Amino acid sequence: MIVAVIPAFNEEREVGNVVKNTLPFVDRVLVVDDGSSDGTASVARAAGAVVVQHVINRGLGASLGTGIKSARKIGGTKIITLDADGQHAADEIPLFVEALDSHEVVLGSRMIEMKGNMPAFRKVAQRVGNGLTYVMFGLMVSDSQSGFRGFSAKAADALEIKTDRMEVSSEIISEIQKSGFSWTEVPITAIYTEYSLSKGQSFTVGIKTALKLFVHRIKS
Amino acid sequence: MSISAIQILILLFALFAVTRVFIKFRSRSIPATWATLWVVVWVGSAVVSLLPQTTDLLAARVGIGRGADLLVYLSVMALFYLVFRLVVRIESMQQETTKLVRAISMRDLDGVEDVKK
Repeated sequence: MIVAVIPAFNEEREVGNVVKNTLPFVDRVLVVDDGSSDGTASVARAAGAVVVQHVINRGLGASLGTGIKSARKIGGTKIITLDADGQHAADEIPLFVEALDSHEVVLGSRMIEMKGNMPAFRKVAQRVGNGLTYVMFGLMVSDSQSGFRGFSAKAADALEIKTDRMEVSSEIISEIQKSGFSWTEVPITAIYTEYSLSKGQSFTVGIKTALKLFVHRIKS
Repeated sequence: MSISAIQILILLFALFAVTRVFIKFRSRSIPATWATLWVVVWVGSAVVSLLPQTTDLLAARVGIGRGADLLVYLSVMALFYLVFRLVVRIESMQQETTKLVRAISMRDLDGVEDVKK
């Protein structure tokens, strides 16, 4: 059973469309409402998603952890994660599903074919993020911060997400490296709208994320 | 030996702190090891404030010029260690909170499980 996991925090504007666009490609859409103060949960439910709600905001990492666990609980064997702001093209999900036949983890990468309209400053930030991830975790991927990913049942069960916030992207990569999962990348389209840019990682969040990663690296 | 105002202040505060430690220990809010540690710290502060030259003796033994410097070094070390403990503690509490929030949120799935294929 294919389950799409969508972590969402105050995304009532886009999450309904994202759920509707995603449903044709999966068996279930599961939205994790991360303590939103707006109507995210009801919009997602009305669009046809299964919704689990965090009573308080815990961050992206925590939501992904909850989503992946919940997807397993309702019988998901192929789990696809994507963002709630509409920056991922749901019609690319079949690429992940197919790749999961032969790999445990599939990472969507905006950098393989350079499809879409990623702004130049993001491309630079992207490369810096990849470099940092490689230095700290020893795995060179082309798009370390991509939220479009696929997990097999085995990978989903073994994955232990400890970081609550944005550092989760790099943590997943370090988990791949540690547990030796077979992994691959599939090309995805970068859709940047004014809306998704306004919600995405800002420069200061990027710096904070890098610092936190460093602390985690020292601790582990 | 004349006693200055600051010495009286430190003495009174140390006395107050020791009684607080006692009360907390009696009500079992803190374990014996912590109670002992805090009593040593506050009694130590009282002794040092009354007889500052005692720290000079100690300082000379460990190769530091003045007793006051030794005190500052030790305090800074103790503070850093406490901050480190707090950071670790907060991090683990964050993780516990997430676990709790997750467990509560997953109750939303109770009616959904029958869709299992």
